[in-house]
Amino acid sequence: MINHTYTSSCKQMLGNLSDFIDGDLQAELCSEIEEHLKNCKNCRIVVDTLKKTVELYERCASDETNLPDDIRERLFKKLALNEWMDHQDPS
Amino acid sequence: MNQERSTIQLEKLKSGDRESFAMLVDETSGKIYNTLLQLLGNEQDAEDILQDTYIKAYRAIPDFENRSALYTWLHRIALNEALMQIRIQKPQIISIDNNEPFSEDMDIEQKDIVDFCCLPERELLSKESRHFLDQAVQSLPESLRIVFVMRDMEGLSTQETADSLGISENNVKIRLMRARLILRKKLSGYFNKFFVEEKEL
Repeated sequence: MINHTYTSSCKQMLGNLSDFIDGDLQAELCSEIEEHLKNCKNCRIVVDTLKKTVELYERCASDETNLPDDIRERLFKKLALNEWMDHQDPS
Repeated sequence: MNQERSTIQLEKLKSGDRESFAMLVDETSGKIYNTLLQLLGNEQDAEDILQDTYIKAYRAIPDFENRSALYTWLHRIALNEALMQIRIQKPQIISIDNNEPFSEDMDIEQKDIVDFCCLPERELLSKESRHFLDQAVQSLPESLRIVFVMRDMEGLSTQETADSLGISENNVKIRLMRARLILRKKLSGYFNKFFVEEKEL
């Protein structure tokens, strides 16, 4: 853990951070943030971990998952697909 | 749904073949249920909307025009059904147009500066970590959670999210930023334990 001296320029940077990591920020503001990051290790960590946070959730969202058995059973019954209830692909 | 591996024959599906539809349900329902659960924050609502989604899809499938992938099409039906439910049950969540970018809980303190990017993938995406990631999203205020799930988990654009919710694009951006900062803070607290354990060893 690192001691963080939280300055007004850090707070200003945070205001634009989401657009910055999405690449949606105007070039001038981007340069200002990049300049700030060169001299503020704490904000660099915040930027990096914010990007990582978004990346982790994107990864989780793209996972293939099976439906829990009880919910699958009720869904098949509701859709009148009982005949194919036992045909689940094990993959 | 892994479309390369999928063995569903579209023409059979479109002609109303029940077995093909059962295969479609098995290939897609797990992921769609997860999306609904994240969006609605409630297992019963997610299950109800899941059922409605496939009932609607079965009726509409003869008109499916292959303009998008089958999963994308199904997913869009599920999102629309979920958003309709949210609009009916919780109109206040959609209508609050809070343009205040920061609240006090957005301040970053010393304990929130944890460089967890350097942790190995096996820790970041372990079963336990994934469970924490899920819980963290569920603990977000609903107005932030819905925007975060739509933008960062479902990959909708700012404009698509704004149009779906009937709020401004600026408001989508502000909600997304707040959600991301809150989650980053929560993950910093969670992953910090790995650094503490390392020091103790």
